[in-house]
Amino acid sequence: MGYPHKPHARETVLLSQYFGDPDARSYAGWVKRGGYQALRQALAMKPAEVIDVVKEAGLRGRGGAGFPAGMKWSFMPKEKSRPHYLCCNADESEPGTFKDREIMRWTPHALIEGCAVALHAIQAEVAYIYIRGEFTEAIRVMQGALDEAYKEGVLGANAMGTGRRLDVWIHRGAGAYICGEETALMNSIEGKRGNPRIRPPFPAQVGVFGMPTTVNNVETITTVPHILNRGAAWYKGLSLSNPKSAGTKLFSICGHVARPGNYEVTMGFPLRELLYDVAGLRPGRTLKAVQPGGSSVPLITREEAETCLLDYEGCVAVGTQLGSGGMIVYDDSADMVYQIMRLARFYAHESCAQCTQCREGTGWTVRILERILSGKGEMQDLDLLLDLGEQMTGKTICVLSDSCAAPVVSGIKKFRNEFEAYITGARKPALALA
Amino acid sequence: MADTPQQVTLTIEGVTVSVPRGTMILEAAKRAGVLIPHYCYHPGLPVAGVCRMCLVQLEGQPKLQIACATAVAEGQVVNVFAPQAVEARKGVLEFLLINHPLDCPICDQAGECELQDYVFREGRAATRYTPTYAKRFNPVEDFGPDVLYVANRCILCTRCVRFMEHAADQPILNVSERGDRAYIGVHPDRQLDHPWSGNVVDLCPVGSLLSKDFLHKARAWELDKTASVCTGCSQGCNIALETRQGAVVRLRPRVNPDVNRYFMCDHGRLAYRWMNRGDRIEAPLVRRDGGLAATDWDEALRQAVETIAGVGGEVLVLASPAASTEALFLARRVAGERFRGAFRVARVPGDAPLVGVPNLALREERAPNVRGAATLGYTEEFDRAVAGVGRAAVVLVLDETLHDLPVAALAQAPAVIYLGTALPEAARGARIVLPITNVAEEDGTFVNRDGRVQCFMQARGGPGMARPAWWVLGELLAGLGRGPAPGSAAEAFAMLAAEVETFGGLSYTVLGARGARLGQRAPAGATA
Repeated sequence: MGYPHKPHARETVLLSQYFGDPDARSYAGWVKRGGYQALRQALAMKPAEVIDVVKEAGLRGRGGAGFPAGMKWSFMPKEKSRPHYLCCNADESEPGTFKDREIMRWTPHALIEGCAVALHAIQAEVAYIYIRGEFTEAIRVMQGALDEAYKEGVLGANAMGTGRRLDVWIHRGAGAYICGEETALMNSIEGKRGNPRIRPPFPAQVGVFGMPTTVNNVETITTVPHILNRGAAWYKGLSLSNPKSAGTKLFSICGHVARPGNYEVTMGFPLRELLYDVAGLRPGRTLKAVQPGGSSVPLITREEAETCLLDYEGCVAVGTQLGSGGMIVYDDSADMVYQIMRLARFYAHESCAQCTQCREGTGWTVRILERILSGKGEMQDLDLLLDLGEQMTGKTICVLSDSCAAPVVSGIKKFRNEFEAYITGARKPALALA
Repeated sequence: MADTPQQVTLTIEGVTVSVPRGTMILEAAKRAGVLIPHYCYHPGLPVAGVCRMCLVQLEGQPKLQIACATAVAEGQVVNVFAPQAVEARKGVLEFLLINHPLDCPICDQAGECELQDYVFREGRAATRYTPTYAKRFNPVEDFGPDVLYVANRCILCTRCVRFMEHAADQPILNVSERGDRAYIGVHPDRQLDHPWSGNVVDLCPVGSLLSKDFLHKARAWELDKTASVCTGCSQGCNIALETRQGAVVRLRPRVNPDVNRYFMCDHGRLAYRWMNRGDRIEAPLVRRDGGLAATDWDEALRQAVETIAGVGGEVLVLASPAASTEALFLARRVAGERFRGAFRVARVPGDAPLVGVPNLALREERAPNVRGAATLGYTEEFDRAVAGVGRAAVVLVLDETLHDLPVAALAQAPAVIYLGTALPEAARGARIVLPITNVAEEDGTFVNRDGRVQCFMQARGGPGMARPAWWVLGELLAGLGRGPAPGSAAEAFAMLAAEVETFGGLSYTVLGARGARLGQRAPAGATA
């Protein structure tokens, strides 16, 4: 629900049902709301059976890539010869995204329960919840809930009385965007610099501490108990669109909207309704552009947004991605050149400096954009930016470089007139580039 | 995992090669004769996969792949020069150059710079980083006793970081900062003084890590490179001896997978100045009017033959363990039945290993041919031999510098024939002084501590009339009527191999560039 706003009738609240409800934070409150039933049920199942249910439900990764969660779990070795690990990605560093924070703030036991189920499914004993360091409140709430979970015997040496050991630890991030990338996250947990690793080997073979590891997003993990409680068919049936995109999705809507917040809708929900009816534009404004999946996905125009169905395929159909659901909205007051420069500047700042294209390309992109904004740009700069974008896409270890290029390239293609206005002098230079 | 490595057959730029499963495409391409441009990859270091320079196109795959970290697959077709791969590498080069100063004219690396080479081969002719964006600037940093870091030229390939972490096991370098502000950082309380740290200069593909010793000494294209063997200790690291107009200006490691892989230690690297010393003996000297007087080789050799043949009794050879195996052998032959040989070797307690490479260390014994001398019957009873020189009929000094010995140490010897490169005080009483060349000026072999016989080659001529010790001793041998004089170091070695069982089957051809072990007689008819 759109906390702190009232839930909208068009929402389907699953994960966000208790946002804003302090009573749901406690162990007792969570059990009263049906908590830990799914875990009890899961622990009575074989790991492979849990994986099959999640596969059947069609749950896909909510961190951005949309990889089928059950399949990811099934990549873990079946025969356990070494320790297995679960990493819960709660870094939530994508600008525009703030859904995981709310899950942790309001329903910490939902995440703990999901982690415990996932630990069972992948035959692991230890989970690390890697929480963005700036989320001080979420960390405090999560730690309190973890302490309770240990006290109540949910976790620990005899988890849920099954004699199995399940441990969950919180690891605080130190502020790097890239540590939300799963292999950088594992390096960070190990105490190393948060640089993405080359693949192969994949985490399911060589993950954190060199052991088989699964990394799942907070929202993905928190969804799993709902699937176990109500069945794969029910979850799959929530989708309004196609069977490849199942269930509900939280959208963190920010930017030029009247009621920014987290909104949970079923997959396939029309973007135009979410924007116009649920979050709402500001009075007297018209929509100019949207990034439906966070700062790293391509921009779409109003026309594209109005036809977009919010699921993995629907976003691709209009040339963008569902991403993490961090929806950034630009209305007609937005200076797209400036906004794109700010995005690029973020990526230039956060590039881990490993890959050449990313380290150098992000900085160069920013310098060109700043020059255009200062009124000194040339028309050929636009083609150069497109070419740099091409060089920065699909050629590096992780997708930070691609993420910098996506809004720049889509922005130039779709809002070229705004760039040209700065170059021709039709628009006055932006004086302060802060 | 299969016990035996399976072979995988693939096609690289139209050339079909078979390589063991698990080989990376970049290495397989070398077998196919194709150099895939790369910066961060180095065969002696863990793969990083960060420079993205080795992007190649694999048939059937939409995305380009990095050749350094992509394993070969059966039937794979690799297109190194597919248009999209060339375009991608051109992009990497352009990105590398935007923050790289165009200071090649004053850069030590120019001429042996991989950035220059690949830009020349695949880069853009002109920059698009215009008009005048500032380049990243960081001041030059002093990393340690022999290493300077010129941050502005750094391409962040991280070879140096990985060397210090994985090969040296002393992780004091890192990548500091992020994005295009990144640079190589050094531990604030440490410096690059590991005994093997000089290798980071070789590993650096650009002019970012520089040797202070070599700084501004020569341009790369002025250097002649000769295959040699380090004389710093008994490890026997393979090296390239680099000379500029006959002066040795730099030693660098030469690849030998069985000995030193890609590396050499700083002690060996910097132990070359003695090769250039100016106070060399340039003419044969004989005793005349109470002093030593220059003469020609015929006269000097005639007197030496007379000296040895003219008296009975022991011929004591005081040899250096830095003398070539050929010279040590021929000195023994010259002495014949009357031979007694002794040597001494400087020892510095404690090996200094490069832990990331098996069996590689700066060794305690600081001489290259201890094993050769011992194998040929020289004993380490130097002090006793010197004390007893009066009992020998003739003392033949072979390249032993007599340092630290009293001036009169050999005064009791009835006759001293001194073969050396310079004339120390203790040798001034010699009857005959025969000037010989040093390791840079002759061909020869050393036997390392593991019994590996390795060739070194002549890099330049000797001073004046100095001749290789094998030549001098060969002439003495012929003069004594005990055999033909060898016409080359290779012939001298052939004589040795024919006579000394442990050297059996070896020849310069068999030794090649990487040497061969003692006592492993090759089957008849085998070729190198």
